[in-house]
Amino acid sequence: MEDKIRLHHGSGGLFMQKLIHDLFLKHFTNKTIRSLTDSAILSLKPGKIAFTTDSYVVDPLFFPGGDIGKLAVCGTVNDLAVSGAVPRYISSSFILEEGFALADLETIVKSMAKAAREAGVVIVTGDTKVVPRGKADKVFINTAGIGYIERKNVHISQGRRTKPGDLVLINGTIGDHGMTLLNARGDFHFSSSLESDCISLTSLIQPVLMNAGGIRFMRDATRGGLAAVLCEFAEKSGFGIEIDETKIPVKQEVKAMCELLGFDPLTIANEGKVVLVVNKLLGEEVLEIMKCNKKGKNSAVIGRIVEDHKRKVRLRTSSGGSRWIDLPAGDQLPRIC
Amino acid sequence: MCLGIPAKIIFIDDEMATVSVGGVEYPASLQLLPGASVGDFVIIHAGFAIEKVDLKEAEETIRIIHEIEKVSRNNSL
Amino acid sequence: MRFIDEYRESELVLGIAESIRKRSTRNIVLMEVCGGHTMAVHKFGLRELLPETIRLISGPGCPVCVSGTGFIDNVVKLAKMPGNIIATYGDLVRVPGSSSSLEQEKGTGADVRFVYSVLDSLDIARRNPDRTIVFPGIGFETTAPATAAAIFHAHKEGLQNFKVLSSHKVMPPVMRALIDEGVKIDGYIAPGHVTAITGTEMYRPIVEKYGLGIVVAGFEPTDILQSIKMLVAQFEDHDPKVEIQYSRVVKPEGNSIARKLMDEIFEPRDDRWRGIGMIPDSGLKIRRKYQSFDAEKHFELPETEETEPAGCICGEVLKGLKIPTDCPLFAEVCTPVNPVGACMVSNEGTCAAYYRYRKSEGHGR
Repeated sequence: MEDKIRLHHGSGGLFMQKLIHDLFLKHFTNKTIRSLTDSAILSLKPGKIAFTTDSYVVDPLFFPGGDIGKLAVCGTVNDLAVSGAVPRYISSSFILEEGFALADLETIVKSMAKAAREAGVVIVTGDTKVVPRGKADKVFINTAGIGYIERKNVHISQGRRTKPGDLVLINGTIGDHGMTLLNARGDFHFSSSLESDCISLTSLIQPVLMNAGGIRFMRDATRGGLAAVLCEFAEKSGFGIEIDETKIPVKQEVKAMCELLGFDPLTIANEGKVVLVVNKLLGEEVLEIMKCNKKGKNSAVIGRIVEDHKRKVRLRTSSGGSRWIDLPAGDQLPRIC
Repeated sequence: MCLGIPAKIIFIDDEMATVSVGGVEYPASLQLLPGASVGDFVIIHAGFAIEKVDLKEAEETIRIIHEIEKVSRNNSL
Repeated sequence: MRFIDEYRESELVLGIAESIRKRSTRNIVLMEVCGGHTMAVHKFGLRELLPETIRLISGPGCPVCVSGTGFIDNVVKLAKMPGNIIATYGDLVRVPGSSSSLEQEKGTGADVRFVYSVLDSLDIARRNPDRTIVFPGIGFETTAPATAAAIFHAHKEGLQNFKVLSSHKVMPPVMRALIDEGVKIDGYIAPGHVTAITGTEMYRPIVEKYGLGIVVAGFEPTDILQSIKMLVAQFEDHDPKVEIQYSRVVKPEGNSIARKLMDEIFEPRDDRWRGIGMIPDSGLKIRRKYQSFDAEKHFELPETEETEPAGCICGEVLKGLKIPTDCPLFAEVCTPVNPVGACMVSNEGTCAAYYRYRKSEGHGR
């Protein structure tokens, strides 16, 4: 009984077939993928299609609140969801390092299946490659996603209807994912109950789109954190943004770890957070809808779009001063000074 | 040189302490502060406790700062 | 978080700022010499709260900024040697030497690892007995005792594969040198955690010789503003002295155990400060008794040449003589993403902090 990935698992023959049947299809159970055709033949509502892809190389593979599999599904689903689309179909491609434990692969695949069910998507096609030991770091996953998007929501991903006075909202606490990962890597020996916020956002966003409208723009705050989303949007829209630090939800543990290491929570990665720009007249309503959802229970209005300081983001600090928020230059490094 | 944060000592084993801040626990060396005890608040810098936080002085500083604020507020009324 | 949140309340911060505004009638130049203070002023957005009369300049308080290209070049050289592991604080990783940085070397295969505590680098040494672990010792008197503690442990255990490349420096000589060089300073905001170790006695001769005030400041916004208020009061009353604002942590006598450990392992030496040059007795060198842990001796590293990139005026910025916008490279060639000099690459370097304040309302100085 094999317990590790070997080169023959990727060479298209008997062993690969066995891997697909015994492992992948055990957990990816839909008819389309089980037909194992070269392409998945799908139906979509007539209209616009949203399409995205992402690759996942996270280390460590398993962390509190998730794993690379859950990330690979939720990350791609969220790129579609924050564009205003309803995600439907996902592809998943694996690059496996020779010697990778089959049990770990199964855990990841099972996790992907669960995340897909929760997100209301189907993993309809996939691919598996195996590379020699040392040519990849355990496992890399690429997922691509397709969803349908109603015409009335197409403007959202560009934010073209943004106006001064529009409100900036976020659906919960920032920095949970990045600090969880940092801790999971074991470099700093922190003990805490912090978990990644990795979750699919479709079921949070669709009710808002259907019941309230007024969404000007959305983006998920992944690498580079909230700071990256705000800076990029300010630059793109040409407007200024004002943020109130006292309104930004941050967990105590994230604050504490950031203080210890000299990090700015605004620049830390998230995997279950969406930043929304909303018509100010509909802000309260959107907030209420989000707060009723468990994925948005800590939602808050954190700022607004302004005419002043065009293309720049100003933070009113919790101590009464203010400063600019800048695009982070790279991953933060722990400081002593 | 300067990044140091006040944390509470919750456990000591020989020269190493476990400190807690904001719900996060973390190991710190007491080699530079051997007199510290469980329950003390200490400043942690680069994994070492460098000094204790004096509770009385902390309260006094807060009192002075509040006093300054009160005077400022009264003067602007 | 206790002893943090209560010192950040905005009413208190604004209250102190208001009282500073009332008290400050004459132009005054204050210098902070601690990277932690530079960062805090930026993070809490304190500059705009100060009145026009106060000019707050950042001095050479960033240990990375003052270490010079020669030190980085030596660390890079050691990183390139197969068999070496560089275990370093994150502050150093992106600093450019004359041709490369640790980050670049890591990208081409050098074994460079971040540590939060120097004790982690001892662990790496224990787990890799066939490799040599080099720890670049940066920082001032707050951090030097930690390095001393590590060398002390290594000596006790006979951990011969652990080496320290010391670039540790001490504050008082540079505080004097700046004024001797003609930098106009009316008061120093002194580093709180450095002084928690050293005690305040070392500042007294500076006050006596130069007639300026020194206030030992904490790192929360109310601490920094209260310290500025105290310095302004001393200045307005023509009463320069040493005062401790950060009394909850700093005692006049400091931490004698930490100092004893530092003295056991290190001795003073003349040291080069970027942009200032050689300052007598301003650096720390590992004593002969512990020289087997001294990377300089072990690797026979040569005296370093200091090379400033053409056009870079980090030196004058570090001294507070020029501001970043005076530099021809600032924001055009030299940016946080593409730093030329250390003042830009280090998050708390004056140029990096300035880049973030640019076009701010208020005084942006």
